[in-house]
Amino acid sequence: MSAPSTPPLIEVQRLTKTYGVGEAAFQALKGIDLTIHRGEFVAIIGPSGSGKSTLMNVLGCLDVPTTGSYRYEGIPVETLTNDQRSLLRRYALGFIFQGFNLLARTSARDNVELPLLYRGLPRRERQERALAALTSVGLPTKLRSTPGELSGGQQQRVAIARAIVTEPSTLFADEPTGNLDSVTTRDVMALLTKLNVDRGITVLVVTHNDEVAACARRTVLIKDGLIASDLTRS
Amino acid sequence: MIWNALGLAVREILRNPTRAFLTVLGVFIGVAAIITMVTLGQGATLAVKAQISNLGSNLMLLRPGAGFGFRPAAGGVPNFSEQDAAIIGEQIPGVAAIAPVRSAALSTVFLHTARTTSVVGTTPVYFEINKWVLAEGRLFTAADLRSGAAVCVIGETVRRELFGADNPIGAKIRLGKASCEVIGLLKGKGQAGMGDQDDTIVVPLSTMQRRLVGKASSHDITQIVISGREGMNGDAVIAEITLLMRQRRNLQPNQDSNFSVFDTRQIAEALGSTTQLMTTLLTAVAGVSLLVGGIGIMNIMLVSVTERTREIGIRLAIGALAGEVLLQFLVEAVTLSCVGGLLGILLALGLCAGLAQLIHVPFNFNVAINLIAFLFSAAVGILFGYAPARRAARLNPIDALRHE
Repeated sequence: MSAPSTPPLIEVQRLTKTYGVGEAAFQALKGIDLTIHRGEFVAIIGPSGSGKSTLMNVLGCLDVPTTGSYRYEGIPVETLTNDQRSLLRRYALGFIFQGFNLLARTSARDNVELPLLYRGLPRRERQERALAALTSVGLPTKLRSTPGELSGGQQQRVAIARAIVTEPSTLFADEPTGNLDSVTTRDVMALLTKLNVDRGITVLVVTHNDEVAACARRTVLIKDGLIASDLTRS
Repeated sequence: MIWNALGLAVREILRNPTRAFLTVLGVFIGVAAIITMVTLGQGATLAVKAQISNLGSNLMLLRPGAGFGFRPAAGGVPNFSEQDAAIIGEQIPGVAAIAPVRSAALSTVFLHTARTTSVVGTTPVYFEINKWVLAEGRLFTAADLRSGAAVCVIGETVRRELFGADNPIGAKIRLGKASCEVIGLLKGKGQAGMGDQDDTIVVPLSTMQRRLVGKASSHDITQIVISGREGMNGDAVIAEITLLMRQRRNLQPNQDSNFSVFDTRQIAEALGSTTQLMTTLLTAVAGVSLLVGGIGIMNIMLVSVTERTREIGIRLAIGALAGEVLLQFLVEAVTLSCVGGLLGILLALGLCAGLAQLIHVPFNFNVAINLIAFLFSAAVGILFGYAPARRAARLNPIDALRHE
């Protein structure tokens, strides 16, 4: 196997994460080695408390590892400052959460525009791109609706629109269908698959739903803070 | 970045009208209360000062008995004589003018209206010493004084009470046992802490002695008013007068003076310390309302901390810098506090203008207290709006998102 000319998208080595200190310390990740390449669709599965969400948060630069190395496109993430990690999230990463995490009392369009606002795009371009993103998730008519006026599935689609409006290179989804019924789950997963196939966005999904995991070509099983298996379908 | 933050802050304010309203209310009440209290307190102080300056500059009073309480010459405390006044005027270089005063409360009758007025018998220089200004008619002259003419000059309150809308000049009023012609009307000095100065009638000293009071004590002088020369040393002149009077009364060094000399500065200090106490009290009360307002702001900000922490987590997760989030929250807190502060100043202006009229004190716009109240309230609003945001923005985004 020859070394690739460009570094892999995600490369972690001996990654650990410990919460708390002393007697109360709990090691959520006990030494993870994982490499993910551009364009992959990866499902991270495992029982509750296995550390899969922790891994996802560290990979998404929302949290910092305790020890070990993490390179995103060759950048040593563990050495970055808070602001540098914010900029990495701003320009390269998109997030979808189980609880949607939309701003309350804020219209769907304003929620979707928010990442573009931090990129400093002019108002007109923000609105056009927000409309395009909401259209691509099937909600072009819900521009002015606030999260309280939308169903769970619709809220999650707004969240997906917010995640993809910046055209990130990687999309992190933590239990994206955890609060949705099975029909809506299929819609959301179809949307993620489409983004992966059509736009070449790398997608990482944390889930314990087999149907969701089945959408992914590669399935990483986490047990007790370690990778138990890493299978790729042909 | 600053425009972004401003836009975000304004949107955020409009999205939380209740929170915005309560924050503004806290600042608003605090600012309005403290400005109103302090401004009115200072107005009262100014009113007292204005009245003291109406008494005349460099004015000194020589009264029987020790201390300057307002009491009549009681038994054993001798009154003065006209000669005392003449000799003080001659021998003490710091004295510019001196007028002996014989005063008595007399019944005053015009047609069917009767009242009791403090009637002053004195010399023409009295008007100048006490800074009385003639409004109508004429003052009495040295000739009136020599002849003991039955004439009087009345104050504004006496005119209003006895004559109403009629012209008092030339009318005859009855003072005690005698009838006097009104020849002049004094311009009003106004009402304040020392009683109504305009409730007065001034007659020639000789008229007072010969016609208005009983024979036995008719030559007693109840008070001597003195104006000092411009730039004189008040304490030195008072000391000289005291020494001279002690000599004239043959008082031994171990005897206390049975008269007192004081000047307007001492009166001002006595009254000033009272109003100062009032102002301090009012300011303390206002300070408490400012504090209560501040606690209100603090409450509303802390109550919304969970929601705000999650919001900060969302913003950080999608790529906001901690600085950008903080700037937005800072702008929001500053905007709300300033709106509250400005509204508070406006309300205080209205309240001060209205209340000042109601309680008869001058209304002075005090820039310093407006500024202090505004800045303090704004500081409270900003501190409690900003501090929780600052803590949240330092968290890892995932910890902020999970905040319960």
